[in-house]
Amino acid sequence: MAKRIDVTNLNSYYGNFRAVADVSLTIEPKSVTSFIGPSGCGKSTVLRSLNRMHEVIPGAYVTGSVELDGEDIYGSGVDPVNVRRTIGMVFQRPNPFPTMSIRENVLAGIKLDSKRHSKIELEEIVERSLTGANLWKEVKDRLDRPGAGLSGGQQQRLCIARAIAVEPDVLLMDEPCSALDPISTIAIEDLIHQLKDEFTIVIVTHNMQQAARVSQTTAFFNLEATGEPGKLIEINPTTQIFSAPREKSTEDYISGRFG
Amino acid sequence: MSQQAPIRESSISGSSVRRGDQIFRGITVGSGVIILLVMGAIAAFLLWKALPSFSNNSANFLTEKVWFPDQNPPKFGIAALAFGTVVAALFAMLIAVPVGIGTSLFISFYAPRRLAGAMAFLIDLLAAVPSIIFGLWGLQVLMPHMGGIAKWLSDYLGVIPIFKNDQELYTKSLFIAGVVLAIMVLPTISAISREVFKQVPRSHLEASLALGATRWEMIRMAVLPFGRAGVISAAMLGLGRALGETIAVAVILSALFDVNIHITEPGGNTFAANIALKWNEAGPNGLSALIASGLVLFIITLSVNAVARSIIARRKEFTE
Repeated sequence: MAKRIDVTNLNSYYGNFRAVADVSLTIEPKSVTSFIGPSGCGKSTVLRSLNRMHEVIPGAYVTGSVELDGEDIYGSGVDPVNVRRTIGMVFQRPNPFPTMSIRENVLAGIKLDSKRHSKIELEEIVERSLTGANLWKEVKDRLDRPGAGLSGGQQQRLCIARAIAVEPDVLLMDEPCSALDPISTIAIEDLIHQLKDEFTIVIVTHNMQQAARVSQTTAFFNLEATGEPGKLIEINPTTQIFSAPREKSTEDYISGRFG
Repeated sequence: MSQQAPIRESSISGSSVRRGDQIFRGITVGSGVIILLVMGAIAAFLLWKALPSFSNNSANFLTEKVWFPDQNPPKFGIAALAFGTVVAALFAMLIAVPVGIGTSLFISFYAPRRLAGAMAFLIDLLAAVPSIIFGLWGLQVLMPHMGGIAKWLSDYLGVIPIFKNDQELYTKSLFIAGVVLAIMVLPTISAISREVFKQVPRSHLEASLALGATRWEMIRMAVLPFGRAGVISAAMLGLGRALGETIAVAVILSALFDVNIHITEPGGNTFAANIALKWNEAGPNGLSALIASGLVLFIITLSVNAVARSIIARRKEFTE
């Protein structure tokens, strides 16, 4: 079930340093929202704040609220573990578990669930997730081989399979293609197109063409100077951002005048 | 037409001598060779010196439980020594491995940063305590207090043969030696495990957390599998020390030669402790017999390491 995210006055801190200031935005379900902006503008930090992964860094915390279909994930009594089971994440560098086979990698999140699954169910989940990640055909004959033996692009699709195996409501992707070659990048982008029919997707990218290709909504982040917190400059339909941005700095950025 | 002399020699042909490389290569090869030579020399020395006692032993060297190499005819065997050595060391591992892994996990993933630093330092400090101190402490402080525990084990877990105590004597036992050995090998196991856990890539930790793993699930999913080989190495290093530990064990154990499965009862002896205790009073054949027992210890330690290596290598492709 794809869900909608409402972020209100989000501030993210690393110790005393405020990395992100007063971000408020809405992420629509069953669509792709991309975060763009220069390095250090806080777009990854905002992304990690959406599934409470930001706070796993020592000293890091956030203020403000992030509501998932109206329920604040930072509310008291909310277990971050449950939040992360609902909001999946794919990282910049493919990070399959090196000690696990392809099958075990896909099922890693399922195994955390206290529910018991029959062997047949597990096989179905493996096939469905790998098919969903466009990887099934390539690996179906070697599910017991180590996941780390795949190519970089395949590993990243394996990580996507692992993330969607638990059927999350939202899928966060932190520069999922930046460590991949162009062919693998196209494969992941095609996949994102398919996945948005089922999931709410947020993707951080450095690649503006990618944002234009995959997303319906684009959020542009910027920072005034090094040491200043990053801010949300504007969030609008992607077509508008890339044709007629509201803000001058957005236009400067997308036309390559800085950043 | 006259051949024109080249203006300068081709820059890519011809051999070039890089002095630094050669020296460095020499040093590394030399170091490797020295290790092999030393190992070979030790094995050769042990074999050479042990041989005379093998030929005149009236008992079976492997199964005999007494140690009278200097009487006529000589009668001695390593059964009691091997039993005591292996039992004390294994018992030590039984305590030290879980505790060592536990402390290093606590320091790496649970403790507040400041406490973690202090604890790591203290555990490392434990490794610097000389073994004679551990021995005396075990004898003077630990032994009087272990009687109660040993009695409790006998009373309530006496159905397990190793804890049964029929003599109602609880001192100078392999049990106490094992506990002291456990404390002695703990810093080794803990320090190495900690280093191994520190190597777990952050991306693996985050991968498991992002799937909704709790801290313990993260440890099971990402930390322990990644650190498996390193933890086994740590345990083996600890086991090596426990097998070879001499003086602490010699102080604690009575020099009773026996194979006694009831480990909380007095008695038991180990290779290293026996050598230390008997060396000064041994005659010519006695010395040879002691060296023969040393050879057996050498072989046990080598095989333990070989087994550990094979365990580590078994799933190598999964531990990239």
